[in-house]
Amino acid sequence: MKVNGEEKVLEKEILLSEYLEQEGYQTGRIAVERNGEIIPKRNYKATILHNDDVLEVVSFVGGG
Amino acid sequence: MADRDWVLTKEEIDAALEARHSRTVQERLRAGKVAVAGLGGLGSNVAVSLARIGVGHLHLVDFDRVDVTNLNRQQYFMRQIGRYKTDALKEELLEINPYLDIRTDCVRVTEENLEALFQEEEIVCEAFDDPECKAMLVNGILERFPEKIIVSASGMAGYGQSNEIRTRKIGKNFYLCGDGVSDSGNGMGLMAPRVAVCAGHEANLIAELLIDGRDGGQTDKNDDK
Repeated sequence: MKVNGEEKVLEKEILLSEYLEQEGYQTGRIAVERNGEIIPKRNYKATILHNDDVLEVVSFVGGG
Repeated sequence: MADRDWVLTKEEIDAALEARHSRTVQERLRAGKVAVAGLGGLGSNVAVSLARIGVGHLHLVDFDRVDVTNLNRQQYFMRQIGRYKTDALKEELLEINPYLDIRTDCVRVTEENLEALFQEEEIVCEAFDDPECKAMLVNGILERFPEKIIVSASGMAGYGQSNEIRTRKIGKNFYLCGDGVSDSGNGMGLMAPRVAVCAGHEANLIAELLIDGRDGGQTDKNDDK
């Protein structure tokens, strides 16, 4: 799997929600695109990640 | 020399813009419809840039009033303190070009009103301060308007390191400007020069999208991700 441009190997299938928690993301501050498409927040717990996925997890910081 | 108090005609302004930008480019900019969500350091600078190049239809959205602490980086003046940013900024933009179509909504953007607010524009510029508001808007636009483009920003606090601020294409309709990490909450405040660099990235990308189309610009091709 590619996450933010870096190769990661998934040991087993994992839900997106579990992956985000494991990596320490704050779900209120992120946007996730898989293979170029947005994943709605309500689908995080129903989305299974695969090793051929290209994931972009944008974690917003404050300021504007 | 005293300021001239007469107003240029629409034809005079258009002729000047076309002389600078070419007629073809100007027609595309004039037809452009852009929403700017958040009128702080990012949004006020983005809106001024787009107004100067003659982007024809601007939609300004913010609930807040001008505060003394805004003057270090936002395009407002002391005399405007206490006024709604939507009103203050619209007035300024009309001083640059009185023939722009400028719509304002003095509201806080929420998941509930987002769909109704951003019906009209092809491009939405995310220019909020709060990271959760940024995420809410980006997710909301991409989920509910699969055809619209969102130009967002994250990471522009502090000073220096101009070249760390860049524009990336994250997905088909999602662009992100900023260094991705400089958080205004980490003790390093927001300052005019670096916020303006980031706002310049957002405005410059929007200009490119309007002029070259969503598949015609160079930004995607230069992407180093």
